[in-house]
Amino acid sequence: MGDAIQTKSEPWQRIAVAIPYLWLFVFFLAPFAIIFKISLADPILALPPYSPSFDSDGNSAMSLNNYAFLFSDKLYVITYLRSVAMAFLTTVLCLLLGFPMAYGIARASAATRSLLLLLIVLPFWISFLLRVYAWMGLLNNHGIINNLLLWLGVIDQPLQIMYTDFATAIGLVYSYLPFMILPLYASLERLDLDLVDAAQDLGATRSRAFWDITWPLARPGVIAGCLLVFIPAMGEYVIPYLLGGSDSLFIGRVLFDEFYSNRDWPLASAVAIILLMLLVVPIVLLQRAQARDKEQVT
Amino acid sequence: MRTRSRFILTVMSFGYAFLYIPLISVIVYSFNDSRLATIWGGFSTRWYGELFRNQQVLDALALSLKIAVTSATLATILGTMSGLVLARFGRFKGRTLFSGMLSSPMVMPEVITGLSLLLMFVTLQQLTGWPGQRGFSTITIAHTTFSMAYVAVIVQSRLTSMDESLEEAAMDLGGRPLRVIFDITLPLIAPAMIAGWLLSFTLSLDDLVIASFVSGPGGTTLPMLIFSKVKLGVSPDINALASIIIAVVSFGVAIAWFVTRRKPDLS
Repeated sequence: MGDAIQTKSEPWQRIAVAIPYLWLFVFFLAPFAIIFKISLADPILALPPYSPSFDSDGNSAMSLNNYAFLFSDKLYVITYLRSVAMAFLTTVLCLLLGFPMAYGIARASAATRSLLLLLIVLPFWISFLLRVYAWMGLLNNHGIINNLLLWLGVIDQPLQIMYTDFATAIGLVYSYLPFMILPLYASLERLDLDLVDAAQDLGATRSRAFWDITWPLARPGVIAGCLLVFIPAMGEYVIPYLLGGSDSLFIGRVLFDEFYSNRDWPLASAVAIILLMLLVVPIVLLQRAQARDKEQVT
Repeated sequence: MRTRSRFILTVMSFGYAFLYIPLISVIVYSFNDSRLATIWGGFSTRWYGELFRNQQVLDALALSLKIAVTSATLATILGTMSGLVLARFGRFKGRTLFSGMLSSPMVMPEVITGLSLLLMFVTLQQLTGWPGQRGFSTITIAHTTFSMAYVAVIVQSRLTSMDESLEEAAMDLGGRPLRVIFDITLPLIAPAMIAGWLLSFTLSLDDLVIASFVSGPGGTTLPMLIFSKVKLGVSPDINALASIIIAVVSFGVAIAWFVTRRKPDLS
């Protein structure tokens, strides 16, 4: 199937393929070649601020200096590790909170379910930046949470929540939670609950029924959800900037600063290439998972 | 299962509270008279008034809307072509590369997309002199590139779930393929195209990081303006702006929900 309009390749068909193809080639693939090329250059005081790939004699002037520097500098290595750790923590917290929620939504009655889903999707349509900003008013030293705790007498001095890793983690979980819930819901909804009931009728304990039936069937959703949270969380810039401290080391932030504050384009490019390398495996896994999912549906 | 529902219910209540308390608090504090955004100084709507008199905000909003409409329209055209190509044209040379390039911008971290596009524009300018100034055109191109993937996914899934018999019948009756596409296929996938346009429009209005990279002096979009203000801390007029956006979005989504709920499911 899928070839109803397929006759022999007519000129208009070739055009229909060529236009989006060319667009993606120029504005998506070519930029990666350029960023890789610049990552091999040296920073110079000029416009644009990087050395040409070939010197005046036509010899190659490209080097792996920037990569060598990134791997030898402790600060960068720590930043990469911390970004991975924070993205991983975010993913785990989203899963712990998102799984019961997706499960509850999938088991709700049809009318309630569509309302509950709507409430999960709604924040998607509201500006991401403003949703992160909303937490600034809550977590501040004079913010709502501190005022409430002071008023209740739980604490007698404001807690420093804002500008810590804890605040960054809250912001990350808050922003990416819907990305976890939606794929989980999609696979839990397909789950036949009679199977679980049957297992329990036959004497399986609840946890046994969960691990033997619910979990394996939900696994595609778990994998897709975790990857959809982990990948963007790794490169996050806005959340650590607004909620994390000025010393919060996040790779997205370091890349931005290296580029704009230090104007070191080659090093920023190398930072981006290494981030991409770290994400190649998760991205390929995600595309495989989604392709498999598509096959199952059709 | 019934005994566990208490646990599920607790987590769900916590989860929804977690998602909505920040939004509600912003709305409440947007009516706060005090300039110190966290101390309640009585009810007032003055921040709304100040917002609409702020020329900077209005200019940034106008630019953002212009970019969102243009890029959503371009993305819908290119994305529909891509979805059609992938769902109906069968195999062609370079298909794997094409679908890979199409879906990658969706999962690429924004800092990487932004930086690589900026460096491409700089290189292009060195070679051809275009784009002389970065702003509307460069942001529009960037937004089109990541939005068209979403449109393509929506259109493609609509096409694969759709019965091909109508198109086949039209072809059997002697319709030229191009005619069949415009008379049969496009009207059938129009809802998917509209959904794709709306999603692209929202994604464009939402984007801060990529726009910050590819924009130049003078090209300040609304998210860029908001970011430059909230970097310095909580500010009451941003509370008002956020409340307006939350209200508009909730209203729109609620209407869409009622409309689609009443109609029997066609698909």
